[in-house]
Amino acid sequence: MFYRSLFPRDVFAELDRIQRGLQQGGGDLSPSIRGSARGGYPALNVGSTARSVEIYAFAPGIDPATLDVQLEKGVLTIAGERAGVLPPKDAPATVHIDERFSGRFRRVVTLPDDVDPNAVEARYTDGVVHVSVQRKAASQPRRIHVQ
Amino acid sequence: MSDNATLRRPEQAETSPRATEALQPPVDVVEDSAGITLYADLPGVPKDRLHLHVEADTLTIEGEIALPAPEGLEPFHSEVGLARYRRVFTLSKELDAERVAAEFVQGVLTLRIPKVEHAQPRRIAVQVG
Repeated sequence: MFYRSLFPRDVFAELDRIQRGLQQGGGDLSPSIRGSARGGYPALNVGSTARSVEIYAFAPGIDPATLDVQLEKGVLTIAGERAGVLPPKDAPATVHIDERFSGRFRRVVTLPDDVDPNAVEARYTDGVVHVSVQRKAASQPRRIHVQ
Repeated sequence: MSDNATLRRPEQAETSPRATEALQPPVDVVEDSAGITLYADLPGVPKDRLHLHVEADTLTIEGEIALPAPEGLEPFHSEVGLARYRRVFTLSKELDAERVAAEFVQGVLTLRIPKVEHAQPRRIAVQVG
């Protein structure tokens, strides 16, 4: 299912963002081999620290039992299903606005090479799936003592 | 160019939508004979950071995102680029803003706005003859 834009902003804010991206040298506009990265459900934020990689999937209103989070060969997959709330077609009700996603979803993130597949934690809070993957100890920065 | 913000007068900054840049949460709105149900997606907003206002005939939904983040987190891919949601709706006069019921579970806000009693449908007998 094609889903336009999850959280549209006003036009001026969007122009600001594009301009900032250009000033910073392109931002992350390069397309991924897995298709358009933006505008899918759930929206993803990814960040990293020296010790871990943190993935936030903005997936409100999911039954946690349908959530499927997998890490295989450095690729993290977040999949699940969101039930629709709209009344059936023959119900005596009128749908005025229909913007929210419903149905099955799957999003994939490629993680850096140095993550430890055995040290993963996932938590679902306030409609956000937060996956925290530790980096392997060997690649964590160490201060080298100079004699 | 980036000095624009400081040139703006303070009272203007407060009312300008760009001063409080916000994401627009997607919604579903369904109407039945007894009222309107609104569903809004506000992922990442804890209950105590959700703000609902009904003033005259304006309904405002606002929320602030608060995510647990380890120290020194550097974002490298952000599709949710702001930490605030905001959306405003105009209610019509047959809706009873006094009796709005709200529920907020796992980032989904459900608002039920009943219609005032006299606005609920009545079957009108059509006389033939």
